[in-house]
Amino acid sequence: MTNEALIRDLRDALGDAHVLHLPEDLIAYEYDATIERARPDAVVFPGSTADVSAAVRIANEHDVPVVPRGSGTGLAGGAVPVLGGVVVAMTRMRRIVELNAANRIAVVEPGVINLDLQAACEPHGLRYAPDPSSQRICTIGGNVGTNAGGPHTLAHGSTVNHVLGVEVVLADGTATWLGGRQADVPGPDLRGVFCGSEGTLGIVTQICVALTPLPHEVRTMLAIFDSVEAASEAVSAIISGGVVPVAVEMLDQEIIRIVEPQMHVGYPLDAGAVLLLEVEGLPEAVAADAASVVAACEEAGARELRVAESAEEREGLWEGRKGGIGAIGASSPNFYILDGVVPRTRLPEVMSQVNALADEYGFRCANIFHAGDGNLHPNIMFNELDEGATERVLELGGEIMRVCVEAGGSITGEHGIGLEKRSYMEWIFSDADLDSMERLRLGFGAGERFNPCKVLPTGHGCASGHAAEMRGHLATPGVYI
Amino acid sequence: MSAGAPPEVPRASGFQGPDAPALSDLQNCIHCGFCLPACPTYIATGQELESPRRRLHLIRGVVEGKVEPTPRLLSHLDLCLQCRACETACPSSVPYGRIMEDARASVMADSSTRPREWATRARVLRQVVARPRVLRAALWFGRVYTRSGVQRLLRGPLRRLLPEPLANLEAQAPTLNRTPFRRSGQLAERRGDGPRVALLTGCVHGELYPQTHEATVRVLAHLGCEVVAPPKQACCGALHAHAGDADAARRLARRNIEAFEDAEVDAVIVNAAGCGAAMKEYGRLLRNDEQWAERAERFSASVRDVLEFVASRDFQRGLGHVETDVTLQDACHLAHAQGIRKAPRAILAAIPGVDLREQATPDRCCGAAGLYSTVQAAMSREVLDAKLADIATTGASTVVTSNPGCTMQIETGLRRARRRGEVLHVIELLDRSYAAGFEESRA
Repeated sequence: MTNEALIRDLRDALGDAHVLHLPEDLIAYEYDATIERARPDAVVFPGSTADVSAAVRIANEHDVPVVPRGSGTGLAGGAVPVLGGVVVAMTRMRRIVELNAANRIAVVEPGVINLDLQAACEPHGLRYAPDPSSQRICTIGGNVGTNAGGPHTLAHGSTVNHVLGVEVVLADGTATWLGGRQADVPGPDLRGVFCGSEGTLGIVTQICVALTPLPHEVRTMLAIFDSVEAASEAVSAIISGGVVPVAVEMLDQEIIRIVEPQMHVGYPLDAGAVLLLEVEGLPEAVAADAASVVAACEEAGARELRVAESAEEREGLWEGRKGGIGAIGASSPNFYILDGVVPRTRLPEVMSQVNALADEYGFRCANIFHAGDGNLHPNIMFNELDEGATERVLELGGEIMRVCVEAGGSITGEHGIGLEKRSYMEWIFSDADLDSMERLRLGFGAGERFNPCKVLPTGHGCASGHAAEMRGHLATPGVYI
Repeated sequence: MSAGAPPEVPRASGFQGPDAPALSDLQNCIHCGFCLPACPTYIATGQELESPRRRLHLIRGVVEGKVEPTPRLLSHLDLCLQCRACETACPSSVPYGRIMEDARASVMADSSTRPREWATRARVLRQVVARPRVLRAALWFGRVYTRSGVQRLLRGPLRRLLPEPLANLEAQAPTLNRTPFRRSGQLAERRGDGPRVALLTGCVHGELYPQTHEATVRVLAHLGCEVVAPPKQACCGALHAHAGDADAARRLARRNIEAFEDAEVDAVIVNAAGCGAAMKEYGRLLRNDEQWAERAERFSASVRDVLEFVASRDFQRGLGHVETDVTLQDACHLAHAQGIRKAPRAILAAIPGVDLREQATPDRCCGAAGLYSTVQAAMSREVLDAKLADIATTGASTVVTSNPGCTMQIETGLRRARRRGEVLHVIELLDRSYAAGFEESRA
């Protein structure tokens, strides 16, 4: 059998201990943090760039797909091996190769956990700015793949703004560096192309990232409003007033009523929305910025404002935001988290449309999201055991994405396209756009070797979309969110 | 049997019986992966295979009849320490501990899937640990071994005589050089309007670490408590529950409930975190037992870890100087299972002269985990080595903890690494402080 030969070759190249192939073991690599499921033929754990090259060459010889994977925390199905093949799990490659405080750069292997890099930088007064909510466990490699963001993306930008260079293994198994150790390298920006490519162009094996100084001072504030409209107005007013806070997070009434009883963070149950705002910089600037933020909130009708006076209070204010998603998990059997973007000014109307749609479908919907950059995260609550519920939730998800697009927005803010949203790509890109992307992919020589059926809405043997449609193709079980 | 296509209807759950894991518990898992960096076996292997998320996925697969509980699959479940660090990390409040206990109980209840070593383990727990006379007899050999001096020789001048595997096993053997604590009845008289409390003396605790019980009684007496030890009490059954022997755990729970009810006390005090966690869960253990469910709930509500109890009272009077630098090992079943982290720290902070040096991850398991250090020796050792490294970076000379299993495990590790260092229960340090306070007041 081909499979046996594939596994034998992989074991010969990488060592028995670093190849999984038994069905019971492969189950562990059929999922990420979404509802998608598909089982690989083998999982390998490379220890070096040479191992990755070897795995890619073997996959070529056996003509099977290659799917890179970090910690499996993706929210778009990007690491799910839809057509089987070899999953290349980067978790063994977790060394910080170099941390150069003087030049403010670090060179890391892709399996390094985001928070571990932060911790290593801190003693030097530095940080790696992108801070996805999953930073405790998500890997830098995965962050590059999805061009991950986080609450502080508003001021600092997403992963692509902090990656200087990447070492990649291409489709023929050769390794090369794109970009370098400086922000600016001559020629086309191929490094930029890799950020957000979700493993479709090659496998990142080392990353050179830019580090930035830790702020001198941080001030965190909580503003309580009677309505989402008032809170949204405050967001627009703050930013048009010239202050760009490092974070502007909104929680709507539904999520407040879920979070408060569980976490007791002090949100009034009758509030329409709360905003969590953070400014940072030199002490003088922070004081002025904070004053301007407070004024804008009051102007927009904030009924109460709280400013954290200590690190502990600051943590307290963030607690409700950071624990919010989990609180939904604890109060509803299942939920489906969406990721869309709309222009900031259209937040109120889009949110009321989203809520109306959820009502129409008969699901509760809670919103907890990055309001500053218009990055919505509606969370649809349901019980998968209810007949047809999952299908209806996915359908509702599609409709909500449609609303975002029609408001002039986009289908992802930070989670990526992966498997779940590839069929929506046609809503925001023309055929010519998609064709260019396809040709770019071919230009890298990747064909459909790397992570097939992801990002682009085309591909051989790929059904058109997400779990509901794919169900028949997936070798397994069940769905859960 | 007729040939043809396999039936399309869902297969029956691979977990049978009243203890089968509940789908509603499993459904809380949103697969976010936040548990991974908290899990000692994931940290050790870097593989999803040995992560809580994966174990939940497997258990769910079996519950839904989509995956067979094969020996290989069960071996992955068995590699779980049941430290419950994943519960602390979980943003969705998945009750991992009880899901794992339920899964193991269902495996044990089904003779067709039950691995032989699981059955053997349960037998040892039933026949030895739960039976004081047998246990004491078994430990008598250990006592003779220690007292004869052979142990000292093998750990000293003759240590090269033993082959590596035997030496490793020997290093795990406790030093049984103290008179066991086997007292019952009234242990301390009430002073003033102090509460009446009962102490769980447990199965092995009083045999291996009698000094912890003695210190506990003195501390409680210092606080004005009347302390009793109900004579009919039994082993708490925690190890039985963790090993999937729910029936044995329930039997022991009933005996304890009866014994402690008879004592008519304000609180049941436990100085072993693993036992306390299990006893706080008697309500859940006996939930399907009509006659006992309510009594069990009431009993569980009266259980207090000794540190929790002490910290809630006015314990600061009479403290004396104890000059020492310590590092605190949060017992998993105190920090993760009972959610108690502040109490030990408040006590340590109150003792004059104590310098608490926190580890980077004080609440990460030491690898003891009940029988785990014996049945999963290799992984236990790996987890322990990481713990010892963390302890070493603090530079502390004393390790304090709140569970006898942790004490034994860390002592083993220090002994193997030939490192000096004392391992104490927090209550013993508090007892020393009261003794010092008494001396200071006389001086």
